[in-house]
Amino acid sequence: MAAETRTPLYGLMAEFETGHSLLVAADRARQDGYRIMDAYSPVPVEGLDDALGLRRSWVPLIVLCGGLTGVTFGFLLPYWTMVLAYPINIGGRPLNSWPQWVPIMFECTILFSAFAAFFGMWALNGLPQPYHPVFNVPGFERSNEDRYFLAIEARDPRFDPVATRSFLESMGAYAVSDIPS
Amino acid sequence: MARRVQPQKPLVVQRANPPVLEPTETINSVTDRITSAIYRPTPLGWYIGFAIFFSLVMVLMYSLTYLFIKGTGIWGINIPVGWGFAIINFVWWIGIGHAGTLISAILLLLYQEWRTAINRLAEAMTLFAVACAGIFPIVHTGRPWLAYWLLPYPNNMGVWPQFRSPLVWDVFAVTTYGTVSLLFWYTGLVPDLAVMRDRAKNRFVARIYGAFALGWRGSARHWKNYNIAYLILAGISTPLVVSVHSVVSLDFASALVPGWHSTIFPPYFVAGAIFAGFAMVLTITIPLRVFYKMQSIITMRHIENMAKVTLVTGLVVAYGYLTEIFMSWYSGETFERYFIQNRISGPYWWSFWALMLCNVMAPQALWFKRVRTNLAAVFLVCMFVNIGMWLERFVIVSTSLHRDFLPSSWDGYAGTIWDWSTYVGTIGLFLALLFLFLRLLPMISIFETKELVVHREESETH
Repeated sequence: MAAETRTPLYGLMAEFETGHSLLVAADRARQDGYRIMDAYSPVPVEGLDDALGLRRSWVPLIVLCGGLTGVTFGFLLPYWTMVLAYPINIGGRPLNSWPQWVPIMFECTILFSAFAAFFGMWALNGLPQPYHPVFNVPGFERSNEDRYFLAIEARDPRFDPVATRSFLESMGAYAVSDIPS
Repeated sequence: MARRVQPQKPLVVQRANPPVLEPTETINSVTDRITSAIYRPTPLGWYIGFAIFFSLVMVLMYSLTYLFIKGTGIWGINIPVGWGFAIINFVWWIGIGHAGTLISAILLLLYQEWRTAINRLAEAMTLFAVACAGIFPIVHTGRPWLAYWLLPYPNNMGVWPQFRSPLVWDVFAVTTYGTVSLLFWYTGLVPDLAVMRDRAKNRFVARIYGAFALGWRGSARHWKNYNIAYLILAGISTPLVVSVHSVVSLDFASALVPGWHSTIFPPYFVAGAIFAGFAMVLTITIPLRVFYKMQSIITMRHIENMAKVTLVTGLVVAYGYLTEIFMSWYSGETFERYFIQNRISGPYWWSFWALMLCNVMAPQALWFKRVRTNLAAVFLVCMFVNIGMWLERFVIVSTSLHRDFLPSSWDGYAGTIWDWSTYVGTIGLFLALLFLFLRLLPMISIFETKELVVHREESETH
């Protein structure tokens, strides 16, 4: 429940009708020197990563680590149980009969990679996050429907409540609104 | 700027084919159509259907309770046929699940846009089929309350699972399959749950969808990680879908029983799984798209494409049958030759010939476009396939086991009323879960369908 007395500004939010105009605006904003900004869209917009200057995603690396952990675990588990903890003779095979553990190694690789992809992605995205200032913007629920939004945050060194607003308006935004924090 | 929006190739590839999405659909109408299936009063038909299937769930509960009291003696299993209905149904259900993963993973990697309308439904079907499948091996152990012994965990008995056994591989394969399918399905749902949250008419509903939507806000940063994670999940599910039924088939193939001990089993089982799965997706989608008026999103193109996949995998399965017969003859081995002759003309000849009718003859109708575009005909063929795939497992399990190496131990096999009630009960469970899913969650991926609309609009304006 924020008090009515001049809540600090989180940033400015511009609303666009198409993904293309959002893309153009984001590109221009970055060229203008804005860095701390984000875009919100109902579907992923191709090219927006570059327009916003986003870095490469860490997800593939996390998944690789998960997969390597999985394959190691999938070998060490049967090795430890079948060779060290509980050695039993099955059909005269050697205790370290690793080819028979390939299915276990494979399944563990998949399982651990999937967990890494799933939890890694949500962690990188900072979700679950029940509250975020952008939800205060009137009409923001249409970001899930058919509207495209560009938010320039007040933390950005180039941010100026007046100049940034007029810049966003000049980009053909349908509406520009304050994001109360 | 490194990249601009590339104009997408048009969705309508050939004039002759119906489109993947009817051109009348817009970004708003898609959302309306899919969410209104949930945000409208529950239709009477839903209540009737759910009541029927829920009472079948009660039949399942009753059968399982009786089983837990009496033990597996209430079933028709005996020695030599120790596997019976429980394993037949397990393999049947797990096979049905495969279409979901194939549609969601492999077709995503192959840029098959037509998957979008059916992937959510098929993935849900996978989960429910795996849930039904999982019941059977657990109750088949005879002492299901000790089923956790299958898992490797440190225990005071100092024993561990036997990792050289395909049955233990199966535990890993099926649990991994169920878990990864759930993660994949839920990941796909999150942006749609956010739509449901924002469209909710009251606070309570918005809170519930909101909690599962994890605070999704469609940020470009999130979409970037999300898309990569989604693609990776698809990539790792692709070998998974092939591996699960391969491992299931190794339960059979690594045994020495004639009719099981065969290297054709893994590929033949995988093809059979996809065959069964697509038939089941069609069985569900054909009535569903009419009932929920989704014909403009699940178009005739989808029905035709799925019918084609059913035909192709059906041919692979038929090739598997032929190879089995040929290899038994070619091996020159007495037991192998006897088993195939017994399968074709022994006491269970009817099941073999019914299998040929259902799985080999019936799908041939799908060669004809007139059949593929006739909903009633496709539905009928799919019912044949559903039954045929069950018969296939019946043939593999019971005809192979009832004549083993020692004539003195030969016996017959038939399911009892409890075998049938458990089986019918799981069909009820599957459909009851499906009905709940249709009532509570978007049955078609909203954001992926919107992407189709956006790409189409872009290709029109550029």
